[in-house]
Amino acid sequence: MWSLSPAETTALLLSLKVAFWSVAASLPVAVALAWVLSRLSFPGKSLLDAVVHLPLVLPPVVVGYFLLLAFGRRGPIGAFLEEYLGIALIFRWTGAALACAVMGLPLLVRAVRQSLDAVDRGLEAAAATLGAPPLWVFASVTLPLILPGILTGMLLSFARSLGEFGATITFVSNIPGETQTLPLAIYAFTQVPGGDAQALRLCILSIVLSLAALMASEVLVRRATVRAAGRDA
Amino acid sequence: MLEFDVRCRVGSFALDAAFATGGGVTALFGRSGAGKSTVLNLIAGLARPQSGRITVEKRTLYDSASGIELPPHARRIGYVFQEGRLLPHLTVRHNLLYGNFFNKKKNHVVGFDQAIELLGIGHLLERRPGQLSGGEKQRVAIGRALLANPEVLLLDEPLASLDAPRKAEILYYVERLRDEVRIPIVYVSHSLDEVVRLADSVVLLSDGRVLGTGDVREMMSRVELRPYLGRHEGGAVIAARVSGQDLESGLARLEFSGGALEIPDVEALPGEQVRIRVRARDVSIALARPTGLSIRNVLAGTVVELAGDEGSSLDVRLDLHGTALLARITRKSASELGLRPGLPVFALIKAVSIDRRSVGYA
Repeated sequence: MWSLSPAETTALLLSLKVAFWSVAASLPVAVALAWVLSRLSFPGKSLLDAVVHLPLVLPPVVVGYFLLLAFGRRGPIGAFLEEYLGIALIFRWTGAALACAVMGLPLLVRAVRQSLDAVDRGLEAAAATLGAPPLWVFASVTLPLILPGILTGMLLSFARSLGEFGATITFVSNIPGETQTLPLAIYAFTQVPGGDAQALRLCILSIVLSLAALMASEVLVRRATVRAAGRDA
Repeated sequence: MLEFDVRCRVGSFALDAAFATGGGVTALFGRSGAGKSTVLNLIAGLARPQSGRITVEKRTLYDSASGIELPPHARRIGYVFQEGRLLPHLTVRHNLLYGNFFNKKKNHVVGFDQAIELLGIGHLLERRPGQLSGGEKQRVAIGRALLANPEVLLLDEPLASLDAPRKAEILYYVERLRDEVRIPIVYVSHSLDEVVRLADSVVLLSDGRVLGTGDVREMMSRVELRPYLGRHEGGAVIAARVSGQDLESGLARLEFSGGALEIPDVEALPGEQVRIRVRARDVSIALARPTGLSIRNVLAGTVVELAGDEGSSLDVRLDLHGTALLARITRKSASELGLRPGLPVFALIKAVSIDRRSVGYA
């Protein structure tokens, strides 16, 4: 009763893999975007801000459909990737990770940007007068100070990835062992007669997973906040 | 040697200032909003001028004519900010070593051990900034700036956010710094006490312009600068040598070119040099040496000039055998006494009018 079936284990591990890589891939992009939005002012900034936030407000199926258009075999980016780099995204777990990354990006950018806005620019100036070049200042002052925001954003986008359904199923379909993450597996079970019990098991698994991720990040964020505030960790 | 000649406009505030500093402590003095901090930011490269030239020890940091503008990290300017700005996520030790990492090969201003001894911060090394008092933070900030091996040290009102006992503590350490470390210091302040105690020379700023620069004693005795140096607190600065301490009365005897002064509560040993600010409003003038008087200090001198705005009082500059003294008296007294340049007079100074805060140790 308490042990997972091989199919369940596959779905669980795939979910974790997809969520991990979606966060890992979107993190550098999100930090860069957050920095641009927080520190620079340029024409079109509010447009960029809006575009970054689009996945938050669009129906996920729309995002999935646009990913299909762009990254499909005939899509402009998908054709390029496959022809020159041998990377296929469609119907692959990497495509699922891309869909999750796009859906989680606004959450990550928002969290990082908020903590970037809160960084005392005077500390960065102080580090510069001590001889630190700009990239060093970013790595040794800015980054440690926004770490709580980065961790919060990573958790939010990780959780978003675990729950992502619409964009994933539209873009990479529902292939067991390749693109069938937990929500997709639950959906599949609800579509077959007598699958209710199985679906419920996976629902409980999802809840446990989400709770564990929330609690772990809470501990990490608290530690990072204390450190960034200059009290002892 | 710092040479500064810059024009800069930020919003409605315009700065057009030129001055040069030698070694020792140069005080940038002026009211809030005079442009003192702006000058420091321009030197450090944290603010951008419109035009001008800034050099330190013959090294050009900024020159609009030849298009030179070094970024802050290449300027080698030690900057101690008003609020310390220690990096909160690092221990005191790593804050101190932060700048050292980027400037290892440069000439050492002080070594690590010397810096922590000089500033008395050895016991704080493993703490984080959040666990330090305001005074401790400032001492660490000074140490951090020194250990980056700068060519000039800028102190931006390092005492502004501290209470009186902490102020005295930091002043003591800045004095040690001045006397034991050979580095030019630019000290921003709007407190005459601090300026008189610490500075060798003064740059007087008002509304973004330099009203005067010079030796601290000369600047303090210039009557035309009196309105800018604080009407109530301002006064001449006398450099004197302690010639004796009378333990019974608690009075110290100080000698200078114009004679001798008796002053209470001077914590200095015979032979030591001190500087005393004598507030102009504490000095009275008599035409003849008075007798039967509680005032202990009666000094002979001559009137050099009288100056003052349209108010009811004016400033009289006296020459006490080579030492300048300012007296602030009513216009009516001046005319009744018939004061005019060249007239021999006596300056009367109450011993108790000079308090501990008016004494600096040179």
